Amino acid sequence: MGLVEKAADIAEHGTDGARTGAAPVAASRPPAGLGFLGRFRPGRGLVLAVPYFWLLFFFLVPFVIVLKIALSETTIAIPPYTPMFEWDPDTLQLSIDIKFGSFSYLFTDNLYILAYLNSLWIAFISTILCLLIGYPVAYAIAKAEPSWRAPLLMLVILPFWTSFLIRVYAWIGLLGNGGLVTETVNTVLMGLGLIAEPLQILYTPTAAYIGITYSYLPFMILPLYATLEKMDNTLLEAASDLGCPPWRAFLTITLPLSLPGILAGSLLVFIPATGEFVIPELLGGPDTLMIGKVLWAEFFNNRDWPVASAVAIALLLFLVVPIMLFQQVQGQQQGGGKG
Amino acid sequence: MALVQQQPQSRTQAQQKLEPWRDPKQKPYVRVDKVTKKFDDFVAVDDVSLSIYRGEFFSLLGGSGSGKTTLLRMLAGFETPTEGKIFIDGVDMSGVPPYRRPVNMMFQSYALFPHMTVEGNVAFGLKQDGLPKAEIADRVREMLDLVQLGQFSKRKPHQLSGGQRQRVALARALVKRPKLLLLDEPLGALDKKLREQTQFELVNIQEKVGITFVVVTHDQEEAMTMSSRIAVMNKGYIAQVGTPTEIYEYPNTRFVAEFIGSVNMFAGRVVESEPDHSLIRSEEAGCDLYVAHPGHLAPGSPCWVAVRPEKIVISKDPAADAVGRNQTQGTVREIAYLGDVSIYDVDLDSGKRVRVTAPNLTRRTEMPITWEDRVYLSWRPFAGSVLTE
Repeated sequence: MGLVEKAADIAEHGTDGARTGAAPVAASRPPAGLGFLGRFRPGRGLVLAVPYFWLLFFFLVPFVIVLKIALSETTIAIPPYTPMFEWDPDTLQLSIDIKFGSFSYLFTDNLYILAYLNSLWIAFISTILCLLIGYPVAYAIAKAEPSWRAPLLMLVILPFWTSFLIRVYAWIGLLGNGGLVTETVNTVLMGLGLIAEPLQILYTPTAAYIGITYSYLPFMILPLYATLEKMDNTLLEAASDLGCPPWRAFLTITLPLSLPGILAGSLLVFIPATGEFVIPELLGGPDTLMIGKVLWAEFFNNRDWPVASAVAIALLLFLVVPIMLFQQVQGQQQGGGKG
Repeated sequence: MALVQQQPQSRTQAQQKLEPWRDPKQKPYVRVDKVTKKFDDFVAVDDVSLSIYRGEFFSLLGGSGSGKTTLLRMLAGFETPTEGKIFIDGVDMSGVPPYRRPVNMMFQSYALFPHMTVEGNVAFGLKQDGLPKAEIADRVREMLDLVQLGQFSKRKPHQLSGGQRQRVALARALVKRPKLLLLDEPLGALDKKLREQTQFELVNIQEKVGITFVVVTHDQEEAMTMSSRIAVMNKGYIAQVGTPTEIYEYPNTRFVAEFIGSVNMFAGRVVESEPDHSLIRSEEAGCDLYVAHPGHLAPGSPCWVAVRPEKIVISKDPAADAVGRNQTQGTVREIAYLGDVSIYDVDLDSGKRVRVTAPNLTRRTEMPITWEDRVYLSWRPFAGSVLTE
């Protein structure tokens, strides 16, 4: 019994606190030199350098190359654009040639503006569809028995085991005339007397919506699940205890607290969906105007690399500006919350 | 230890007015009627019946797994009893969901809504009732003033200290003026110093608002300080219900005696059993034990006598009136000096170790008893309790 021993010790030595008081101070002082060693950590810098080099070589450098192409003019050569820097060995002069023609060209034709707006619209609608389908799915998985959650999540991720392209091709079969989905929808709607003629789904914008929603759904479900699964169940009990019926508790507690998941999932769907090329090309048909298809046409059909690069950079600006605004707002909220 | 001994007495004086459980004409406000709760095969609450009266500060005291929290959650409506019924103010609560019960709960984790301000948290319950905005604002302000958080109303929970969060949780649970307030380890997350302050604050608030409190706690000191009555729970059943004094001074089982405070337990055999006393022969104690309570055991039956450490007088001289009863001899082995009291561990000649606490009436340097001293231990006839199980 430590207490008794300590008390005995005090009793023997009286209430002389100075001696016992001084001992722990000396003991707690760290040995000299260790602190100096602790600061010198070369491994830390190396580890941190890896992501920076990765971003530098695989993001920044390619981006600068694309920007350089965008600031040139198309020409019949290999590669098919005018060089930006020209070194004249005779006069020993370096001439720099920057042209903004490909950017201004984007404004001369309505096609580009329309394609951008249409892409944003399609991405927006698809994000909403993903949210409407993904939220209940994520919620159901998060509320399932713990032993069921892993297999259910597995089912969400399972389609990734097949190539993205093959899955989109599969939808051609499903949505085409006589395809399983189209046939079922037509039979039901015509049976109900809602339509007289069978619907055409493949090669319409509807098919593009279906394809995009299907392909990007997991990117919505996973962050939503992560947020919902972390949520403290006692908050719902507290709401219920305070007189809040379950549906209202969902609206006032669960939904606001899952906003970070909703935002993360929406960005993960919206951003790639805006630049999507394969799905509108294979499923959407000629009526589905999206910027990804325009980019492809400029690059491969027109062999106009500068304009294709300008389209890509304009798309980046379209997406980066709202993301940065969003991050700033979020940062302010968090900063305000902490202060 | 000192707190445990002093508090029940100061509380009982105030309670002389309010002891409805002694009055057979009083109707219980909350009635738990033969309630059993099973989780699969595990019996969490085992055939519990309780009557709690209006305005009581009632504690459910027990270790982990004793079923106290499950019982509280059944009162709140988060768990449904497997068998039995719960009545609150005469109304059967079976099938009534938590959000329709006249009951509010303060959660152990506080469960404050992180996305709402202090004000928003406290107003939440009132908004559910669709009260007018002006009334909600008034009642929230009044409640925040009561818990002294008026100036923090615009803060979010994560900007508050643990003690402040605890008070927000209390305000949120009280603001609806429930018939019954349930508190799950209300002081569990606070540090010791704050806990002691808050104990008294909680009692004061309870007296001010006059709401019936049911508190779950594992801390016996907390329960003794705050409660009008305590139900000691063990393995899902109720071991004893009584005022803090009754539980401490008249435990009905070895479990209760050992759970509350510390106790010396002497094994023995009943020799005399009379309406005014029992006499127990105990080899372990090294003397006959005279207990001045009505004897309820037949002579010859085995039993234990429980004697609290502070009831035993330690002395180098024998007591004059001992005549071989309630007095034994031993050797001091350990002394713990705690300032106000000292704890002595004494080995009796039978080998039994006995704990004695004695107030330090004189300065420590004039130590009258020291290690390896031969001492006499004696106690008064009313000090012991005869227990069978």
